[in-house]
Amino acid sequence: MNPVATPFFFYLLAGTMLIGGILVITRRNAVHSALALIIALLAQAGLYLMLYAPFVAGVQIILYAGGIMVLFLFVIMLVNIERTQKERQFNKQWLVGVAAAAALGGLFIAIYTKGKGIFPGGGMPPAGLEGQNTQNVGVLLYGQYMFAFEIASLLLLVAIIGAVVMAKKRI
Amino acid sequence: MESMLHISTLHYMVLSAALFLLGVIGVLTRRNVVIVLMSIELILNAVNLNLVAFSHYWQSTPARMGGGALALHGQVFAIFVITDAAAEAAVGLGILIAFFRNKETINVDEVNLLKW
Repeated sequence: MNPVATPFFFYLLAGTMLIGGILVITRRNAVHSALALIIALLAQAGLYLMLYAPFVAGVQIILYAGGIMVLFLFVIMLVNIERTQKERQFNKQWLVGVAAAAALGGLFIAIYTKGKGIFPGGGMPPAGLEGQNTQNVGVLLYGQYMFAFEIASLLLLVAIIGAVVMAKKRI
Repeated sequence: MESMLHISTLHYMVLSAALFLLGVIGVLTRRNVVIVLMSIELILNAVNLNLVAFSHYWQSTPARMGGGALALHGQVFAIFVITDAAAEAAVGLGILIAFFRNKETINVDEVNLLKW
């Protein structure tokens, strides 16, 4: 299935993501930041769909927007104090931070203007691919990347134990 | 104008770089720990977008060069990065709760318990 009006949707979703990202780092209230981040993550799931990656898009919505952000909102509810919103939001080194980010941005611009010729066009994968995307990702995950997959499950186990130990008052 | 209307891999890379920079600015300048963690999520998502965009580009190269329809390595890697992000968020927020219990604040500038 060929995509319709690709440039329009790309710029729509990209704009949504950028506005969401800007709102995340500028809002005073952490809940507003979290909601802006959810909007940005959903827009990113749309971009994944445009890149013929429906499985990653589904994982993005279920795991990120549905799981991690709920965790964030719970913790905001646990630790949110009125005092935080009244005091200064940016630290003393904010000018240095913005300068460092600007330097990194200059590096990105330099590299991408120099290396523009390396990426000619987007190129469309053969038709009928997205229907088997989940199957192909699963074959890779349980075949070639079996070991990494098991290590990832071990990492999650360690993270669960670590989070419980950290958050519990008395073990 | 033609390059504006034809969406290529480079468009996704530029968007990803912009998101990465937003995340870096958030990490370096904000004082609220929760928002710093959310900025880290922004950075990880920028990397993910790059990975999936490269996976798409890779699929359009011929199979004899390692590409082809089955070259989904970037998407698999994006799933691993999402797993890492979940682990990082869980541990980070656990540390945040422990810190809040001790000092009654979530300000990065006051995280100095290990400072001698």
